[in-house]
Amino acid sequence: MSKTKLEEINRNIYDIKNKDEYDFKIKKGLTPEIIEEISMQKKDPDWMRKFRLKALETYNKLELPTWGPDISELDMNQIATYVRPKTTLSNSWEDVPEDIKNTFDKLGIPEAEKRSLSGVGAQYDSEVVYHSMREDLAKKGVIYTDMETAVRDYPELVKKHFMKCVPVNDHKFVALHGAVWSGGSFVYVPKGVKVDIPLQSYFRLNSPESGQFEHTLIIVDEGASLHFIEGCSAPKYNKINLHAGCVELYVKDNAYLRYSTIENWSKNMLNLNTKKAIVGKNAKMDWVSGSFGSKISMLYPMSILNGEGAKTEYTGISFAGAGQNLDNGFKVVHNNKNTSSVVNAKSISKNGGKCTYRSQVRINENAKGAKSSVSCESLMLDDISISDTIPVNDIRTDDVEFSHEAKIGKISDKTIFYLMSRGMSEEDAKAMIVRGFAYPISKELPVEYAVEMNNLINLELEGAIG
Amino acid sequence: MSNTLLEIKDLYVNAEEKEILKGINLKINKGEIHVIMGPNGSGKTTTANSILNNPMYTKQKGKIIFEGKDITNLKTDEIAREGIFMSFQLPEEIPGVSVTNFLKYAKSKISKKPVKIFEFKEELKKYMEELKMNPKNMERSLNVGFSGGEKKKNEILQMLVLNPELAILDETDSGLDVDAIKTVSKGIQMFKTKKNAVLIITHNTKILNSLDVDYVHVLVDGKIVKTGSADLAKEIEEKGYEQYK
Repeated sequence: MSKTKLEEINRNIYDIKNKDEYDFKIKKGLTPEIIEEISMQKKDPDWMRKFRLKALETYNKLELPTWGPDISELDMNQIATYVRPKTTLSNSWEDVPEDIKNTFDKLGIPEAEKRSLSGVGAQYDSEVVYHSMREDLAKKGVIYTDMETAVRDYPELVKKHFMKCVPVNDHKFVALHGAVWSGGSFVYVPKGVKVDIPLQSYFRLNSPESGQFEHTLIIVDEGASLHFIEGCSAPKYNKINLHAGCVELYVKDNAYLRYSTIENWSKNMLNLNTKKAIVGKNAKMDWVSGSFGSKISMLYPMSILNGEGAKTEYTGISFAGAGQNLDNGFKVVHNNKNTSSVVNAKSISKNGGKCTYRSQVRINENAKGAKSSVSCESLMLDDISISDTIPVNDIRTDDVEFSHEAKIGKISDKTIFYLMSRGMSEEDAKAMIVRGFAYPISKELPVEYAVEMNNLINLELEGAIG
Repeated sequence: MSNTLLEIKDLYVNAEEKEILKGINLKINKGEIHVIMGPNGSGKTTTANSILNNPMYTKQKGKIIFEGKDITNLKTDEIAREGIFMSFQLPEEIPGVSVTNFLKYAKSKISKKPVKIFEFKEELKKYMEELKMNPKNMERSLNVGFSGGEKKKNEILQMLVLNPELAILDETDSGLDVDAIKTVSKGIQMFKTKKNAVLIITHNTKILNSLDVDYVHVLVDGKIVKTGSADLAKEIEEKGYEQYK
């Protein structure tokens, strides 16, 4: 499918008329006034305005998480500058770091798209593609729009589901998200409707600000099915180095949802994304996740298997290079009979990068006949990189089948010699081994994304081998 | 142009500080089949690995000339691209990389040009039939879950596809049953032309029965102590290496 892009001036959604006034009253921390301002700019209905203010109260009460990677570099006293109207932070192409520009070039992304992806310009999709897709979906009653529009046009659906799956008091960054969220996708698939092409957030009109506090809400109603793809392998560059998005997925009885993401953040980013799914009776939720870039990542998608016979599968990969600490994993709650979960997590670390697989499997008393199998595998490309596994298993019934397997490995010299004897350079050999290691994940992605992920792996490997 | 393909001159090689090869001399011409036999630990595998400059072995002295070019200190992949192939005793497993993709990539590197996928798959299919390999293996991860026999046949398949000037077979026949040995032997016959050469490292003579062997070298304690015709292999099979120690 062809995509046409045109650049547009940076339409900052937090755009403020009187910037001098704001520059004047720099306040530490978040204030109700700032939230009111955001709410007004976004033309929130009253309930959303109140919701934001309440979330702010929660935010102010909660403490920072004390487990996991050290995020103390994030100055919470200065949090207002992360979320305040950012008219003074006019992004320019010149400010985008060289390594990101190089990556764009190597991925072969056109100039206009580069600027848009780096948050410098706005991205527009071909009107034709966008509309034809929308028409086809609309006929089936599928709603696919941006989150702000959804709040205004589908208040009942949104009110019933918005931050019910991920409650505001989940943790401090979720509360922050609740107060300042902006952008994101909304999808509703009506009962029994099978959406046969993957929906890609790429096709939606994206505001330049999306990708910081964006909210994704997907409801797949009874017996319906959907594949949703979020993200892009090109690095997202934000001047603001905090990402606290939220993804809420509802998979109703007998429904199916596959949610695929490739996240590739610039390496100054703290990625604190929260993703959860509630899965109904005999429904299935599949996660496919590629986590690249970012300085620190704390990303633990979660499936809550509420319905009898609900199933979930997680397939994910993380790639940490120098200076990166990726603390990723998966959480699942078995909350009914005969529920099942399959986890296949992989990580690659090089040049001193750190990958931690942190998982939680909880099987409640009522989950008789539950099955859970967890497999995590890590590959370290040198002696200075770190890989760790921290599984927490909380099993409260005897009638379960549970297995956990962890494997940590290194690329052996013998394997490299074998491949080199077949004419491949050392670099080619390592790249082949790493691509093979990542194959169980890339094969789950649509082919163009799989190709992009392989390119991305090759790029990450460059310089790792010298 | 000279008929000489490979020449090893006075080669001394250490493995982990220990001297293994103590002055190897060997000359292989185009169109020839050479066999190296020798007791365990005599340096057979070291010889093969040294030709491909495996970094686990360090050359102390000597030269390796291939088609008139000094390849002694080239990197393994460069040597492979010069036209030398080695079949491994214990082929490595590469999860997530199919036999087809692996070989296609290797072939593009060795032949230094892009591989036409349709032709390539046809070629692969043909060879796999000849080697009595399960065609399903084409899409399986390279060597992962393969039986010992399947792995060895896969090495021969790689030799046929990559079509080197010199193929070194390091104990390709070990651990194989009679039928598999015949198949491997057949693969070597298919490969062999007047322009290329084969160096077979082996413990037993079964694999040699249907091959037209030109020279047999006996390697003991890092030196070639005797060179003879195919009959020498039979003699060793009967009498062992005792007389050379």
